[in-house]
Amino acid sequence: MTTPAVDETTLATPVTPRLERAARRAEARRGLLIALPSYVYLVLLFVVPLLLVFVYSFATRDATGQTILQDWNLDSYRRLFTAQVAEIFVRSLVLALVTTLICLAVSYPFAYYIATRSPRVRNILLVFVMIPFWSNFLVRTYAWRVILGSEGPISQVTQLLGGEPFRLLFTNSAVLIGLVYGFMPFMVLPLYAALERMDWRLVEAARDLYADGWTAFRKVTLPLSMPGVVAGSILVFIPSLGAYVTPALLGGARTVLMGDYIVSQFLAARNWPFGSALSFAVMFVMLLATLFYFRAGAKTL
Amino acid sequence: MKEGTAPKGPVQRLLGLNAWLVYLFFYAPIVLLIVFSFNDNDNVGIWTEPSFRWYQAMFGDDRVMGALRNSLVVALFSTVVSTVLGTMLAIALERYRFRSRAALDGIAYLPIIIPDVTMAVMLLVFFFQAFGVLSDLFAMNLTTGLTTIALAHIAFSISFVAVVVRARLSQLDSSLEEAAADLYANRWQAFRRVTLPLIAPGVAGGALLALTLSLDDVVVTQFVSGAGSTTLPVYVFGLVRRGVTPLINAVSTVMLVASMVLVGVSLGFQRGAEARAQRLADPEAVREEIVAG
Repeated sequence: MTTPAVDETTLATPVTPRLERAARRAEARRGLLIALPSYVYLVLLFVVPLLLVFVYSFATRDATGQTILQDWNLDSYRRLFTAQVAEIFVRSLVLALVTTLICLAVSYPFAYYIATRSPRVRNILLVFVMIPFWSNFLVRTYAWRVILGSEGPISQVTQLLGGEPFRLLFTNSAVLIGLVYGFMPFMVLPLYAALERMDWRLVEAARDLYADGWTAFRKVTLPLSMPGVVAGSILVFIPSLGAYVTPALLGGARTVLMGDYIVSQFLAARNWPFGSALSFAVMFVMLLATLFYFRAGAKTL
Repeated sequence: MKEGTAPKGPVQRLLGLNAWLVYLFFYAPIVLLIVFSFNDNDNVGIWTEPSFRWYQAMFGDDRVMGALRNSLVVALFSTVVSTVLGTMLAIALERYRFRSRAALDGIAYLPIIIPDVTMAVMLLVFFFQAFGVLSDLFAMNLTTGLTTIALAHIAFSISFVAVVVRARLSQLDSSLEEAAADLYANRWQAFRRVTLPLIAPGVAGGALLALTLSLDDVVVTQFVSGAGSTTLPVYVFGLVRRGVTPLINAVSTVMLVASMVLVGVSLGFQRGAEARAQRLADPEAVREEIVAG
């Protein structure tokens, strides 16, 4: 049988390092090209704005309150260390920490309960966590304004029982309830993911080695679910620290938090340099918290 | 989970009680809000009798309807753009190696971590400065409005879409795309016929997330909206700050139902995708299917 001779060299070009490099370069170019639209967009509408706020934090204001981009100074940063700002900062920090702790304390057993159900029940229970997670945040916060208000259901019950009208709205406690309610799903979901992925045979092994339930939990389950604890805590702490909607709806004039303080600098006081410095201070604390937490989380693993 | 590892007795009962209390905490406010939206009384807290009065008032309110229209226009536009851009970003980051990839990776994650107040501040300063430059250079007179709102929503949605699509892409075997290339599909065909159908659930999930984020956003929108360009959440936020009215209950209920429909759709997508993936991942089921067929 005679087949037309095929020149093998023209079909399969031998792979030389030079060709390989060229192919890799072409591939890299293609990758960059695909990423380019989003890259440009994010640089223009995220990186540049971030740098602008940084520049603004060193700017001055003229007599009418307009920001002038000259006479660079550190006044805004100096003002961060005044008693008034420190008070707001500490209040926000404490509220965010307490929110995170409450969410963790309630969500851990909750996520544990869901993760130890049969797969069918687990899925149903999980859907009912997803619904508030996806529901409109503003509306969910507004619901508490109705509940805690002086005409709300709690107040009516206390009045029916012959008590005083119930007054919790516009206090730190109301903000705390709102924050816990708003951000709890962010804690439940990572905790659940960590517990569900866990190899339960390890717990069995611990029990076989005569560990009691509590010891097995402390020595096996808890360390193994640490990534979920870290992720959940960060996901609750960061938005709680920068919260604006919750304190604006549930907090009072004397319970200003970082979030509404920053907003008021831009929309009411028109002190953009100071507002910019505040924003950077908040971001700095968040960065520190995140780094610290990841460290701590990594150590326990 | 196997028998014998779960805590039994009183611990188990406490866990169960805790779970029910959490669900009560999650749902009591939502249910209460919905029930009171059907209340025929000017006072929010006093129940008289059921009626659709506040829903009628809502549909007759031009400002609510205008804000709703604005919300839908912005959400639709920003979802389409951020889904396309986010998907491209995910593919580039997951499938290609290029020089500035690490930097882009970091930039792509930041908008998710950063709190919305800082994002709002950044975009306000940016648009103010950009409009100043444009009016100096080209004598263009631009103001904030629906366009700036949409641009801002795209800026934070791209990252969320990219994360969701990337999660899907990383589960996929790139050998399928290589097989398509071996079978002489060009890059576009391989993407269109192989990659895109496989990542479709991820893209759909990302799009729904972008839609939800856009429809829910208050803080960023409030900063970059202009006169006459409020969205529904910003309008409601303004009303709520002045006080609680049954009309807001009705509007809130509509917003809640809309987000619940979105959850339903998204869970449906996920379930379909998971069922397909599980079928492929379980050799026993595949064998059974082959034997049966």
